[in-house]
Amino acid sequence: MTISVEERFELEDLYSRYATVLDDGPLESWPELFAEECLYLVIPRDNYDQGLPLAIMRCESRGMLSDRVHAVQETIMHEPRYLRHQITNIQSSAAADGDLAVSAHYSVIEVLHDELPKILSVGRYLDLVGRGAGGSLHFKEKRVIYDSVLVPNTIVYPL
Amino acid sequence: MAWPEGDVTRVPYAVYTDPDIFQREMERIFAGDGWAYVGLEVEIPASGDYLVTRIGDRSVVITRGEDGAIHGFANRCAHRGVTVCRQRQGNSRFFVCPYHQWSYDARGKLRGVPFINGVKKQGGMPDDFSREDHNLPALSIATRGGVIFASFVEDAPDLADYLGETNRAYFDRIFDGRELVVLGYSRQLIPGNWKLMFENIKDPYHASLLHVFLVTFGLFRADQKSQVRMDQTGRHGLLISRRGAQKASSATEDISNLKEDFTLADPRLLDPVKEFPDDATVVMQTVWPNLIVQQQSNTLALRQIQPRDAGSFELHWTFFGYADDDEAMVQRRLRQANLMSSAGLVSADDSEVIKLAQDGVAQYREDAGVMLLGGRDTEDQEHMVTESAIRAFYAHYREVMGL
Repeated sequence: MTISVEERFELEDLYSRYATVLDDGPLESWPELFAEECLYLVIPRDNYDQGLPLAIMRCESRGMLSDRVHAVQETIMHEPRYLRHQITNIQSSAAADGDLAVSAHYSVIEVLHDELPKILSVGRYLDLVGRGAGGSLHFKEKRVIYDSVLVPNTIVYPL
Repeated sequence: MAWPEGDVTRVPYAVYTDPDIFQREMERIFAGDGWAYVGLEVEIPASGDYLVTRIGDRSVVITRGEDGAIHGFANRCAHRGVTVCRQRQGNSRFFVCPYHQWSYDARGKLRGVPFINGVKKQGGMPDDFSREDHNLPALSIATRGGVIFASFVEDAPDLADYLGETNRAYFDRIFDGRELVVLGYSRQLIPGNWKLMFENIKDPYHASLLHVFLVTFGLFRADQKSQVRMDQTGRHGLLISRRGAQKASSATEDISNLKEDFTLADPRLLDPVKEFPDDATVVMQTVWPNLIVQQQSNTLALRQIQPRDAGSFELHWTFFGYADDDEAMVQRRLRQANLMSSAGLVSADDSEVIKLAQDGVAQYREDAGVMLLGGRDTEDQEHMVTESAIRAFYAHYREVMGL
């Protein structure tokens, strides 16, 4: 089953907003792109390929996403940094209950103030996208599977 | 390099930056007569299973032989030094060098050399070439509670003696004979000297100040009943502590950014349950020269330190539980893992601060750090307001390194 042109643009918009709130803020808006009951996992690719459950970020509700945001802003000591998400190759197919199963490639470039830009993470998203009460698309599930399994030091912001 | 006055209350920054010192560390500490952590038995359960890891900056292969015994050997071809095994894990009877296809068995013994007798009566190895002279250097192997240790020396000490009585007891507390289950891995490349990681784990001072998240939720606080324990040599160490409440106290008044009003929107993130017979909720164990065994609430993890050069190391995390964990405990361990590794709500503080430490010491490499908290001794303590475990580490370090 193919999706409509309108829905395809809606999906593009969702991923653009996702990148924008993480890169330019406000970070507090990031959880709003998810359903209240949601799953957000950042998984090293070797774990994913071996079926090992460990994720380096695991949020099982919008509340846990907010807790992560709060910690980034209030408790984690980290150097200031800029991030840029590049999200490409978005492909979708119909899933159960009118949801969309979406895959996309991503890379995140990180700029620390005294370093040249570097690729912080590269991998793919495996997502389940549905419609919220207001009618707009949001993430019911988001799995970030990163190929760059040796992480350059620290991942502070969500991917 | 001359060690500054003050013995181990001063640590010269050169030990974090000097490439010659790094080389000496690789030879004396990592290729010396200690036991380095290399993996878990459950990672290579079947005959032919193998894993590749590093001891210091040297790649090694750990295998399960046809006899069921564990073997280890240097991961570099006897011929031209090429890395033989490129996969991190797998199952194979033979290890074949990709360059000229010399092949080795699970013990690293040379079994095949192409064209050993020449081609059409031309070339080949000299008559006195002996395969037995070109085996890969074998590692000594010892295991305890399902954990595999390896050593480059043949006559490494007995592992139980090496750990020492107190550290052995805490090691056995986690590795108590129950079958282990690997929950997953996480790896970081931290731009700092490898010893900064050990110092960090031996340093309860920072934990009650830097880790606002831990302190905010009472997971680690300077006023909690705690112990610092070492072995007789000072090379291994233990920080043992207990969870407290989320509230301000005299131990938190120095923490300018304590977030007393931070409450979790989803408290399932921190839902620890008691699972060991004693009341310790935090046990951080450092095993010289490359292992950290951690219990933080219900997060169990091994952190393996793999130095790359004076200014960087890889930190490999193996998160695990037990085969008899129920589903709720598995979920709890996976949720609490949010606090740890490269994106950890707590340990991100550490990798960030280690980078800043390396930045500083690399610029002012003629200077020395100060380790005076709690006095000048290297003894066990009944509190957290001390750097004695770091001093003890450097007392042993100086002896091994001849510095």
